[in-house]
Amino acid sequence: MIEYKNVTFRHKSGTVALKEINLKIGEGELLAIVGTNGAGKTTLIRHLNGLLKPSSGNVYVFGIDTKKATVSTLSKRVGMVFQNSDHQLFSNTVEEEITFGLKNFGYDYVKAKERAETMMRFFGLTALKDRAPLTLSGGEKKRVCMAAVLAWEPEVLVLDEPTVGQDFINKKKLYQAIVETNAAGRTVIIVTHDVEFIWPLQPRILVMSSGRIVRDGRASDIFVDEGLLRSANLIMPQLAEISNRIGMAPAALDINQLLEVKDNWLRI
Amino acid sequence: MTAVIEFKDFSFIYEGEKEAAVKHISFSVEKGDILLIAGISGSGKSTILRAMNGLIPHMYNGVYEGEVLIEGKSVLDTPMNELSRSIGFVFQNPENQIFAFSVERDVAFGLENQGFSSEEIRERVAWATGMLGISDLRKMAPFELSDGQKQRTAIAGVLALKPNILILDEPTSLLDPLTAKETLALISDLNKELGLTCIIVEHRLELAAPIANKMLVISKGEVRNFGRLKDVIVDPVIYLSGISIPPLIELQKALGIDDVRLTIDSFIREIVHR
Ligand SMILES: Nc1ncnc2c1ncn2[C@@H]1O[C@H](COP(=O)(O)OP(=O)(O)OP(=O)(O)O)[C@@H](O)[C@H]1O
Ligand SMILES: Nc1ncnc2c1ncn2[C@@H]1O[C@H](COP(=O)(O)OP(=O)(O)OP(=O)(O)O)[C@@H](O)[C@H]1O
Ligand SMILES: [Mg+2]
Ligand SMILES: [Mg+2]
Repeated sequence: MIEYKNVTFRHKSGTVALKEINLKIGEGELLAIVGTNGAGKTTLIRHLNGLLKPSSGNVYVFGIDTKKATVSTLSKRVGMVFQNSDHQLFSNTVEEEITFGLKNFGYDYVKAKERAETMMRFFGLTALKDRAPLTLSGGEKKRVCMAAVLAWEPEVLVLDEPTVGQDFINKKKLYQAIVETNAAGRTVIIVTHDVEFIWPLQPRILVMSSGRIVRDGRASDIFVDEGLLRSANLIMPQLAEISNRIGMAPAALDINQLLEVKDNWLRI
Repeated sequence: MTAVIEFKDFSFIYEGEKEAAVKHISFSVEKGDILLIAGISGSGKSTILRAMNGLIPHMYNGVYEGEVLIEGKSVLDTPMNELSRSIGFVFQNPENQIFAFSVERDVAFGLENQGFSSEEIRERVAWATGMLGISDLRKMAPFELSDGQKQRTAIAGVLALKPNILILDEPTSLLDPLTAKETLALISDLNKELGLTCIIVEHRLELAAPIANKMLVISKGEVRNFGRLKDVIVDPVIYLSGISIPPLIELQKALGIDDVRLTIDSFIREIVHR
């Protein structure tokens, strides 16, 4: 459904941010992209809605060559939440920000307002609905961006560092939104440094380094490979590391799995 | 012990808002402390930091009550440029911080402002960019950087100043996991070597808790707990304040361990048999 064919991307300054990327992402997949700062993660996903076009090679989304499509037609199907909220927010109020995409993509006024209200309730934004988005706290801004994109239920949801600035409650909501979106058969792509967050999701993982995909595999295989982790500036999620150190395989996905076998490892 | 930072019944309402962003805040930080501030999104963490370096009240208008003292002097009566001599501040969004033509110029900016010799500047820029792993990016323009590279640049510029007080607002949010860990370890080293006092806001406690000695929990603009980190981090008020507990701490709480270990190494060494 999504395919990168021999994609190389060169910035105007000459930096080659993607080097001969070949990648297929199927419908309904849950994918996480991790790796060193500057590895090319943001550059990679910006090709999905045509914000960036390959310098050479092609990106196909739903069979459409992104070089032959406009950002606005692609954006309806590929919803993207940017790494830096300030680049996304432009409306005068939170409510307008969330209804904008809905109206743009054909919801009538009443439906858009209803849908926006549901999203604001879900992300705890109702009390902020008349505030100017740019005066919000960091985490609040991010939630507005998330609500705005999730509102129109794009077929592919792309999140660039969604957990930044999010506390426990909001991370849980985000987690739930990701699981539900994916369970509804939609593709979810998450770029993140938050290894604790993706560990229990057990997604397919792409590890990037210096413009290349250096590993494509399951979380359970990648997060035990110490050499790979070191080379891509990753660390083990705590549950994986504790499991590893007490000799428990496969690694625990929550603390209860560790507690169930505590007689095997607890000294006191 | 001398208080380096002291909040005395401080409250602040941003101009045009009805509700106070923070209310009746009182706590103090001593020389050499590393204070971790935790609280849910919108609880008032950044507001507290802005009241330390003088952005509040000098740049943000609003209703200011109570007092904030830095090294014994009221922030209200101290101009920002004077405060910035002892306080290094890393913003939540690095784009609000970096603006020079190149990474190197940006890291040097604060040093030039404070009148260091060119030799000293060269030395410190080399040290800070090396520490943050951005030496190779020295000649790049900020807009050409990835978000994490921007954050590394912002941190390097502030560390280069070796300030007495270092204030960091979610400094690792955009860093890759290993760099995040190493940056916090670096701050811990500077704290030990130079006695630097540090205030850090961080949602990912698994990263920041191991280096901090004190913790402040804030919820809806009010202080819910403040004290020794090891005591505060196991206080149930943390859950009520919506703060996420790292699996390592959660596990120890479930096992009924009072004196929680903050690193997996010490947990394995002291709690687990081999
Ligand atoms: N410039 C501003 N004008 C008006 N209200 C503001 C302004 N900045 C922050 N606020 C409000 O003050 C409250 C506290 O915000 P603050 O930025 O201190 O929160 P925070 O704890 O740092 O949150 P986050 O973790 O999301 O960054 C929030 O309700 C926020 O919307
Ligand atoms: N506008 C730009 N002009 C020139 N080079 C750029 C630009 N944006 C990014 N780069 C470079 O392209 C490379 C990839 O950047 P990208 O933003 O994709 O990294 P990333 O993996 O998302 O990193 P991070 O984890 O820090 O967000 C980096 O080396 C960066 O310096
Ligand atoms: Mg990025
Ligand atoms: Mg903040």
